[in-house]
Amino acid sequence: MNTVRAAALPLSSADTAPPLILARGLSKTYAVPGAAEVVALNNLDFEIHDGEFVSVVGRSGCGKSTLLKVLGGLLPFTSGSVELNGKPLRGPTPEAAMVFQSPVLLPWRTVLENVLLPIEFRRLPRRAYEDSALKLLTMVGLKDFARRYPYELSGGMQQRAALVRALVQDPRLLLMDEPFGALDAMTREQLNLELMRIWSDSRKTVVFITHSIAEAIFLSDRVIAMTARPGSIADVITVDLPRPRDLSVINTDRFGRHAAHLRSLLDAHGGLF
Amino acid sequence: MAVQAVETQAGEQSGARSGASSGSVLRRYPHLTISPAILVVLLTAWWLASDVLGAPAFILPAPEQVLQALVRGLARAPWDHGSLWYHSGVTVWEALLGFAIGSGAGAFLGIALAHWPILGKSWYPYIVGFQSLPKVALAPLMVVWFGFGIEGKVFITAVITFFPVLVNMMAGYLAVEPERIELARSCNASEWQLLSKIIIPSCLPFLFAGLGVASVLSIIGAVVGEFAGASAGLGMLLMQYNQSLEIAPLFAVIVLLGVIGFLMSHAVGLVERHYCFWAQRANAWREL
Repeated sequence: MNTVRAAALPLSSADTAPPLILARGLSKTYAVPGAAEVVALNNLDFEIHDGEFVSVVGRSGCGKSTLLKVLGGLLPFTSGSVELNGKPLRGPTPEAAMVFQSPVLLPWRTVLENVLLPIEFRRLPRRAYEDSALKLLTMVGLKDFARRYPYELSGGMQQRAALVRALVQDPRLLLMDEPFGALDAMTREQLNLELMRIWSDSRKTVVFITHSIAEAIFLSDRVIAMTARPGSIADVITVDLPRPRDLSVINTDRFGRHAAHLRSLLDAHGGLF
Repeated sequence: MAVQAVETQAGEQSGARSGASSGSVLRRYPHLTISPAILVVLLTAWWLASDVLGAPAFILPAPEQVLQALVRGLARAPWDHGSLWYHSGVTVWEALLGFAIGSGAGAFLGIALAHWPILGKSWYPYIVGFQSLPKVALAPLMVVWFGFGIEGKVFITAVITFFPVLVNMMAGYLAVEPERIELARSCNASEWQLLSKIIIPSCLPFLFAGLGVASVLSIIGAVVGEFAGASAGLGMLLMQYNQSLEIAPLFAVIVLLGVIGFLMSHAVGLVERHYCFWAQRANAWREL
């Protein structure tokens, strides 16, 4: 784990503000009845700063999704510590919103009603959030679909609605679990661009889980490369591509070097898939 | 592309609507022609067997005799105890009461047993054991317990309709997408919010599948209950006509039972279409 500390330290010392997420020795094991327990996360140390876009890349089953659920307060961790905004993490908080692999829109609610679901759950005044919900829907091009039902939307539009649902409470942290993994390549690129635009306008902090090396480098300030199970941090890459980025950045040499570096890291630690 | 998809859908809908006003309805919905044609074929076969081939009237009465019996029975006032309206009313009332009690209890307990696994596991053997009993065997006992009134019929109908709804509701609960639950938890939803806003609505397609089965079973329950002993109802009429070998009125009652069963199931389908419109694709057969 010393390599990780070495990779993370220069950033944290350069930035004097306390990190938004601070994880130390974070481990998660699953008890399996009648068998040895499964170590999903093994002694993770990392910090994520306010406004940063950080991707987590690793092979299937390396614990990426587990990590995200732990950060979202959905799963208790076994040992170590996690602080969110200086406070120990204890369960879900309005400061962090999750976007899942599938849109998880409720088919009996209109798009607007779906987007306002977190407001209902947290017993906040619906009226106060309706305008901002409509504004966000307009921003992602779903203005005319606010009163439609999810089955009337394409997959990309559904995932946009899911993104709006996460943004509607104005969280500081977006936790995204392969949100565009199920979409076709064209829609995926378009949504990546939209996500970048939203992120740079709102300066939210994003933790983004993905299988795609290109997606991770294109979007991120830093990429956390994870080893195969038991998942630990192989290395953390700082992506120094200038912003704002557009799709042409993918063809640059610097992008290619980052991609090759990340791929070699993942190959050395169990491959990508 | 997505916008296009929506437009195409809307186009199809408006197309269907404009089609309904023109003469192309039958071309668009061939079953509107085929379904009555099946009836005509069946009636013809019946008529051939009885009138032309000369089957005795106490075995197979002619269609027109059955129609006469039906008209005679329906021509009398509903409060007249000799009218088919009266006896249909008694049977339908028994069936509806039993259906409401049985499926209500089934839905409620289905959620409860699935929500509290300890409860579910403890009750499971008894539920499976009781479900495997032929519940019509309870009918004679009902007469001993409740006499000839409607209570016994309601009870047996409730017992029969309870299981399909219970089983479907439990299946529905267990089929809720885990991500929907994670979504609710990530928003600090309370247990009650999770149940009322996520789990119960998610179960509705399963609930209606169970209600569809239960609606048909409810008529069977009421009729079987009446077989064992009753002072009124279509089941009682069936027994009476059978004993006096009045086969044409007996057939009239059977036809009536078929119509009532169809209407019950159709009514459930209409309610489902209203409350479960979003799941119509999964239950497309109900649109028939």
